[in-house]
Amino acid sequence: MISLTSPVRTRAHDWPAGAKLGALLLVTIGLAATDALPLLALAFAGMVGLYALPGRIFLLHGARRLRMLLPIVAVVLIWHVVVQDARTGMAISLRLLTAVGLANLVTMTTRLSDMMAVVRTLCRPLARLGLNVRAMDIAIALVIRMIPVLSDTGHQLGQSWAARSPKKPRWRIVMPLTLATLDDADHVAEALKARGGIQPPPASPPKTSPNTAPQTADSRTSHERKRPWKSQ
Amino acid sequence: MEKSVSHVALFAAIIAVLGLLPNLQLGFGVPITAQSLGIMLAGTVLGAKRGALAVLLLLLIVALGLPLLAGGRGGLGVFVGPTAGFLWGWVAAAFVTGWIMERFPAQPVLPMAILASVVGGILVLYGFGIVGMALVLKKTLLEATMLVLAFIPGDLAKAGIAGLLTASLARARPGSLIWRRAPRGL
Repeated sequence: MISLTSPVRTRAHDWPAGAKLGALLLVTIGLAATDALPLLALAFAGMVGLYALPGRIFLLHGARRLRMLLPIVAVVLIWHVVVQDARTGMAISLRLLTAVGLANLVTMTTRLSDMMAVVRTLCRPLARLGLNVRAMDIAIALVIRMIPVLSDTGHQLGQSWAARSPKKPRWRIVMPLTLATLDDADHVAEALKARGGIQPPPASPPKTSPNTAPQTADSRTSHERKRPWKSQ
Repeated sequence: MEKSVSHVALFAAIIAVLGLLPNLQLGFGVPITAQSLGIMLAGTVLGAKRGALAVLLLLLIVALGLPLLAGGRGGLGVFVGPTAGFLWGWVAAAFVTGWIMERFPAQPVLPMAILASVVGGILVLYGFGIVGMALVLKKTLLEATMLVLAFIPGDLAKAGIAGLLTASLARARPGSLIWRRAPRGL
């Protein structure tokens, strides 16, 4: 799975993800609070400068991700030129480009695993309120694992459609794709259950690695049931 | 529990795949992707709670930095961009769509699914989207509405398609509408 983390290693990759996210939050709030054009222009220049620091490849990479905003920026600028308030148009455009640019920058310089660690930390208080963090972990892993599988199913369904019809399948293919996915979901659920299942959250969430996950009586019996069969 | 988790996770994956597959262009002249179709289906198939959770899970993974939105978009940038309201609106859209389906279980599936998709996937979604756009671009609600008006015909077509797909899923396998299987709890 391709993530949006930049292939160019920067010094910012080593900074703590939580600090980067916190700074991003503060700067974004600051950007939203100000309408002063010089300040916004300064922030924009600073954002471009940050992109330029790691080198040309990184800068081009970042620019490509910001290009998607250009149509909406064009609409805003034309609109404000027409109503003769170009200053406001500039302010809105600069704020938008800076905010999205900085957010992308954090994504580009933070690995998936580091980001995941922040999410786990943030979820710790929620776990006490009843959020099943383990279920969330498994669900995230399942989505990332199943996307290529479903994508492949989609391509196969498209090919078998093409074998039967000269027309393009278009939306009709979504029906067998959904049906196949719901069947997969049932099988995945059985497989999860067979491997001990997703335990309900313990009263005080222990900090353990997946390898040393606490074994409830339930999961132990299912392991024992499996082991003699497996060793033969 | 395991069933709920795998349904939510795999539906999040379907929504992502609907945005990725290039041959799923719906082709009505408007450049639309099938991703918002996936949001409507999440509601009509999974029901309110699980449908909303599937969307929330997808958004979490997008925020972690995977390019799973249509056109390969993703990362934290999309949550502060002009269409951020639509992303948050997806959660509410799936919830409302599913809630309407669950509220009228005895009605015929096709018209109910179309109605639920229009109310959840268009009315509620555009409500969030327009407010978000108005905030980010500092426009009035009316001006923001004008900016997104062009996409409504495509979404109406998608609501119709979501209805047809839900009805044929229910016909092919009655148990495939998950909210019918286990109406209570998660």
